[in-house]
Amino acid sequence: MSRKLLLEHAHIEGINGYETYRKHGGYRAVEKALKNMAPADVLEEVKKSGLRGRGGAGFPTGMKWSFLAKPEGVPRYLLCNADESEPGTFKDRYLMEKIPHLLVEGMILSAYALGANTSYIYIRGEYSWIVFILEKAISEAYAKGWLGNNILGSGFDCDLYVNPGAGAYICGEETALIESLEGKRGNPRIKPPFPAVKGLWQCPTVVNNVETLAAVVPIVNEGGDNYARIGVGRSTGTKLISAGGNINKPGVYEIELGLPMEEFIYSDDWCGGIKNGKRLKACVPGGSSVPILPHYLVTKTAAGENRLLSYESLADGGFESGSMLGSGGFIVYDEDQCVVRNTWNFTRFYHHESCGQCSPCREGTGWMEKVLERLENGKGKLSDMDLLVEVAKKIEGNTICPLGDAAAWPVASAIRHFRDEFEWHVREPEACMQRNYGLVKEKAEMA
Amino acid sequence: MKVTKGSANDARPLPKLVASCQTQVLDGMEVANITSEEVLNARKGVVEFLLINHPLDCPICDQAGECHLQDLSFEHGLADTRYEFERRTFEKIDIGPYIKLHMTRCILCYRCVYTAQQLTPERVHGVIGRGDHAEISTFIEKAIDNDFSGNVIDVCPVGALTDRTFRFKSRVWFLKPMDAHRNCEKCSGKAVVWMYGNEIYRVTGRKDQYGEVHDFICNTCRFEKKALEDWTIEGPRDIDRHSVISQNHYENKTVTVK
Ligand SMILES: Cc1cc2nc3c(=O)[nH]c(=O)nc-3n(C[C@H](O)[C@H](O)[C@H](O)COP(=O)(O)O)c2cc1C
Ligand code: SF4
Ligand code: FES
Repeated sequence: MSRKLLLEHAHIEGINGYETYRKHGGYRAVEKALKNMAPADVLEEVKKSGLRGRGGAGFPTGMKWSFLAKPEGVPRYLLCNADESEPGTFKDRYLMEKIPHLLVEGMILSAYALGANTSYIYIRGEYSWIVFILEKAISEAYAKGWLGNNILGSGFDCDLYVNPGAGAYICGEETALIESLEGKRGNPRIKPPFPAVKGLWQCPTVVNNVETLAAVVPIVNEGGDNYARIGVGRSTGTKLISAGGNINKPGVYEIELGLPMEEFIYSDDWCGGIKNGKRLKACVPGGSSVPILPHYLVTKTAAGENRLLSYESLADGGFESGSMLGSGGFIVYDEDQCVVRNTWNFTRFYHHESCGQCSPCREGTGWMEKVLERLENGKGKLSDMDLLVEVAKKIEGNTICPLGDAAAWPVASAIRHFRDEFEWHVREPEACMQRNYGLVKEKAEMA
Repeated sequence: MKVTKGSANDARPLPKLVASCQTQVLDGMEVANITSEEVLNARKGVVEFLLINHPLDCPICDQAGECHLQDLSFEHGLADTRYEFERRTFEKIDIGPYIKLHMTRCILCYRCVYTAQQLTPERVHGVIGRGDHAEISTFIEKAIDNDFSGNVIDVCPVGALTDRTFRFKSRVWFLKPMDAHRNCEKCSGKAVVWMYGNEIYRVTGRKDQYGEVHDFICNTCRFEKKALEDWTIEGPRDIDRHSVISQNHYENKTVTVK
C-alpha cells in the first residue's frame, strides 16, 4: 500500500468533528504557516511541491497562484471548486464528507498565501447534505479561532462561506462558477481576461479544486520538497481516484502518482480485478471527458511501455493512443459493455449540460446525441461514423469553454478505437441488441 | 479569425481561432480573416450548426431580405442539410402589444438580452434553460415595460423578434428606406421610415454598414408615428448591405418626398 496524505485519517471514527481532527494533527499546518511563515513562503512550498490542479486540467498550482494580480486596495478571492459533476468522478464528495476540516484547513492556508480575506466553497446543488457538513466544520473553525479576524494573532483575517449551485455541470467551469456565484446565469466568460486578473466581481481570483486545496495541508506540514519526492517526473504527490464500473472493489482510492495501471486494476489492494471473472474491454481513466482507451492500450502504451497513473503516462500517445488523467474519474468496462451505448450516454449528458452560448456546442452536442441514439437502436447508417467525426471536429476548438472539446473527444476516440463495433450496430442491429440486452424480440415487435 | 502574428513584441501566432469582436488589437498583430482555410471551415461549421435547428421559412418570414443569417448562409452555407432529425419548434409569443417573439427562428445570440439589460434597471428579459433547449423569455411572459423596448427588434439578426405593427404588411425589399426625423421628447427622433408610395409602413432605428444601430429610438416614434406629417423626410437612406434589401433603392436618390 502506498502512502496516504489526504485520506490517512479518513477511516477514524469522528474525524469529521473538530476535536478528533485536531487530535490527529489537524490545523497544525495553519499554526506552522501563520506563526513561522510569510505568505510568500507558503507559495514557495507549493511551487516546490510540483502540485498540479486536481480538477481536470492539471495546471501547476504554484504557477497559477503566482499569476494572481495584486493591485493596491482591491480585494482578492479564493474560490474552491466543489461542483464535481463530471460523470465517473466522486472523489471530492468523499473527501468533504469524510474529512471536511482538511478542506477548511487547506483553504485557510491557501487564502493566507494569496492574501485573500474572503473565500467561497462553490458546491454542486445535489450535494445538499454536504453543505451542512461543511457549514458545521466552518462554524467549529470559527469557534476555535481558525477563521475570522486576526487568526492566531497574525493579523490575517479570513472568512469562509459555502455556496450551493443549482445543479449545472457547466458551473464547474471556473468562469461560469464565478458568474453563478455573482448571482447570474452560469455562462462561461470569454478569456482573457483570466480570473487571476478579473474574476469574482472583477477582482483577482483563484479557483482551485477541492483536492488541490486539501493537498496544501500536507505540503505545508511536510515541506514542498518532501511532497515532490512522491510520484514520478512532473506528476508529484498523491491523487484521489474514484474507481467505478465493472470492478470488484469500486471506491475512492488515494494513490501515489505513477502507480501502474495494471496493478491498480488487478491488485486486491486496489480495484481487485474485473467483476465476475470477465475480461477488460476498455477504460475511461479520467472522467467522461477524456478519450476512452481500448483494452490493449490500458496497461501498456502504444510504445509498449507500462502505462502508469500519471499525467504524462496517460497522455502518452496523444489523442491517437493516449488519454488523460483528468479529474480521476476511473471507469472500467468489461467485455459485455457496449461502447456505442456508453458514448451515446456521455453525449446525452453533454447535450443536456451545454450552456448554449456557442453554436457548435449548443447544436453539435444535440446532433451527435441524436445520431448516436439512432445507431444504438439499430437505425444507423454506415456514413454516420464519418458524420460524427466531422461534427466532433467542427465543435472542437471553436467554443468559449472546454465543454465543447469535452463533448467531442469521447465521441472521436470511441469511433477511432471501436469503429468495428459501431459498424456492427449498423450491419447487424438485431444481433447487437440480442447480445447487449437480449431485447431483440420486443424490439422486433415494436418496429 | 486566425491571428497569424501575435504582435510586434511576440510574433507567435495564437493557437486557437479567436472571435474578432473579443480580441484586443495589439501593435503589429496580423490576422487572416477571409484567407485562412481554417477560418472558412470553422465558419462553415458554425453556419451549419446555426441552421440545423432553424426552420428555414424565409419565404414567410418578415426578416427575409435583411436577415443576417440569410446572408451568412448565402455566403458560407451548403445547399443541402445533413441534419435528418426533427427541428426545435415553439409557439409564438406576444411580448406586449408591439413585439412578437418567434423562438423557432431564434439563434440564441443574446443580443436582445444585452440590449434589454441596457434599457431596463432590472433583469426582465433573459434566457431560461440551457443548451439547445434554452429560450429567450421575459419574466413569465410579461411585457418588457419600457419606452425603448422596441429596440430589441432592431438588434435581432433574424426573424425571431418582429414588429407586430408591421408583421406581414409587406416585404422589406418593396419598401424604400428614408432617413427622417421628428421632434421627440423621449429620443433623438432620428429614424428610418420605410415607405411604399406615400405611406409609411414601418419605422426603425438607423443602422450603420455593419448593421449596428446608431441611436435607440423610442416606442412612440417606432410604433405610433406612421403618418407622413409626423416626420421630416431627409432623403433616401444609403444602405450599404450586400443582401437583397439594398436592391432597387438607389436609382432615384435625388427624389425628395413631401
Ligand atoms: C465544463 C467544465 C466543468 C468543470 N467542472 C469542474 C468541477 O466540477 N470541479 C473542478 O474542480 N473543476 C472543474 N472544471 C475545471 C475548472 O474549470 C478549473 O480548471 C479547476 O477548478 C481549476 O482547479 P485546479 O487547478 O485546482 O484543478 C471544469 C471545467 C469545465 C470546462
Ligand atoms: S462550449 Fe458549450 S458550455 Fe462552454 S460556453 Fe460554449 S456553449 Fe457554453
Ligand atoms: S429570413 Fe427569417 S430568420 Fe432569417
